[in-house]
Amino acid sequence: MSTTSNASTSIRVQQWQEFWFYFSASKTAVAGLIFLILVILMALFADVISPHGPAEQYREFAKLPPAWVEGGQLQFFLGTDYAGRDMLSRIIHGSRLSLLAGCVVVVLSMSIGVLLGLIAGYRGGWIETLIMRVMDTIMAVPGLLLALVLVAILGPGLLNAMVAIAITYTPSFVRLTRASTLSELNRDYVTASKVAGAGPARLMFISILPNCMAPIIVQGTLSFSTAILDTAALGFLGMGAQAPIPEWGTLIAENRDLIMSAPWTVTFPGIAILLAVLAINLVGDGLRDALDPKLKRS
Amino acid sequence: MVPVFFGVTLVAFGFIRVLPGDPVEVLAGERGVSPERHAELLAQLGFDKPLWQQYFSYIGDIFQGDLGTSLITNRPVVEEFFELFPATAELGLCAILFALIIGIPAGIIAAIKRGTWIDQGIMSISLTGYSMPIFWWGLLLIMLFSNTLNLTPVSGRLSFLFDVPPVTGFMLIDTLLSDEKGSFLNALHHLVLPSIVLGTIPLAVIARQTRSAMLEVLSEDYVRTARAKGLSTYRVVAIHALRNAMITVVTVIGLQVSLLLAGAILTETIFGWPGIGKWIIFSVFSRDYFAVQGGLLLIATSIMIVNLIVDLLYGFINPRILHQKSKS
Repeated sequence: MSTTSNASTSIRVQQWQEFWFYFSASKTAVAGLIFLILVILMALFADVISPHGPAEQYREFAKLPPAWVEGGQLQFFLGTDYAGRDMLSRIIHGSRLSLLAGCVVVVLSMSIGVLLGLIAGYRGGWIETLIMRVMDTIMAVPGLLLALVLVAILGPGLLNAMVAIAITYTPSFVRLTRASTLSELNRDYVTASKVAGAGPARLMFISILPNCMAPIIVQGTLSFSTAILDTAALGFLGMGAQAPIPEWGTLIAENRDLIMSAPWTVTFPGIAILLAVLAINLVGDGLRDALDPKLKRS
Repeated sequence: MVPVFFGVTLVAFGFIRVLPGDPVEVLAGERGVSPERHAELLAQLGFDKPLWQQYFSYIGDIFQGDLGTSLITNRPVVEEFFELFPATAELGLCAILFALIIGIPAGIIAAIKRGTWIDQGIMSISLTGYSMPIFWWGLLLIMLFSNTLNLTPVSGRLSFLFDVPPVTGFMLIDTLLSDEKGSFLNALHHLVLPSIVLGTIPLAVIARQTRSAMLEVLSEDYVRTARAKGLSTYRVVAIHALRNAMITVVTVIGLQVSLLLAGAILTETIFGWPGIGKWIIFSVFSRDYFAVQGGLLLIATSIMIVNLIVDLLYGFINPRILHQKSKS
């Protein structure tokens, strides 16, 4: 017993080593990963590292420019907004919301999508037709529009925005999982497992699913970055996180009128979104290259 | 396509029924109505019948081209949609054009110069474009080009100084048809920033796809043969490789249509562009039930039609598909 578990651990270690070998071959992917880890740390320790409270108002310091511009102060490094709130602190706290939104959207859409995709691919028949038609319908409406309509039904707010976006992302996971399931279904190892007496649940989740994971993981990473963008877009349109909450898109929306008098209040939240999304996309590209067997051989 | 169409009708129909509140409340506005009058008005709209009856009469109306009347403007939804549609179509076409004109050459150059700093530079820029929150990008460009440099107008499609009668709804064509001097250039000026903003993400996607499609094609045998014959790099790339690489690119353009409309919602909001995107978000905000219901269906249908056209185009660009079909 112990030898087999040892063997499987060493195989796992070997797989990880192989994965890291290919992933680390791309310097940009590693750079993206490092930046992403920094953003995650920033979100986790937001209370410790942010110089001020995100909602704290210093009325006497309203619309202060960034520290390096004339008139700026070092204690408000990225300047302040119309109410004298520190932009840097608001952006740091906003990272929590954006990362959280990305995670919630990916976890929701991926778990529902993978489950439905497995069922559709494994069972076939009318269940498959029904699932795929529903997914086609969701995909027929532009994602952001559908999310807007869903938020109109559920009511504006960050949580509802996340749920709405997750619904619009589900079809891509369903399609991906179904396609992989179909290509794995008739492999020998699945038949062997079936002959050995495995039930449908075991076949689906233990035998087939692990072999479909590579494209799903890549899709998950890419969805993570678009989820952050879409959450910010909904926040910008006033349908996501609501005003005093320092979500990045909401920050841009609430400072939009200051674009001439205090451009930094719009510029920096946008840079934060751009950098976070860019880092995740770099990691996603690296993951795809490392997990794609076709590219490995060439 | 047919099941999806009916699926969308169900979604659009369901939208009104699950949205908190009802159309009569929107009609009554702040004034409010007595409960009896409320029920009476709901009955007038047919909301008192069983759901399945409501759905069937809704489907019946659709096939007669009736998608209801806007609660806010009191005009037929279809009429409003087709009046605004050219503005969005014009913006979308210009955005795609911008994306193609820059994206395809960029992708080709990156593929030819694979691994060099030029390739890395182009790919980094395109990944940055792909990661761009476009509503912020739009504000940034307005800040730079409109407010600071005074080069482009901030919003709208045409300056109020011009009086151009709508003929096609496409401002570039209408201004050419009218005798207002300088109106064409003015319309063009209004189009530049919104097209760049809306075209940024498609541009990034097209550049990346062109590069990978070119890399694949360039490693094929027939390209090697063409090179071995002594053809110049230009000829091999432009005549032999590009045509096959374009097949993938056309598919990608087709997939962009849905994204483009989602992007149009943000772009039109920022630039005050009087198109479908701005209209639908206004309708959602003002809870104009019938406008959203009809708009959803019309938008989904137009995306389906464009995708169908792309599928047909695909056959022309890639004759192999047509041959396969005729064989089977």
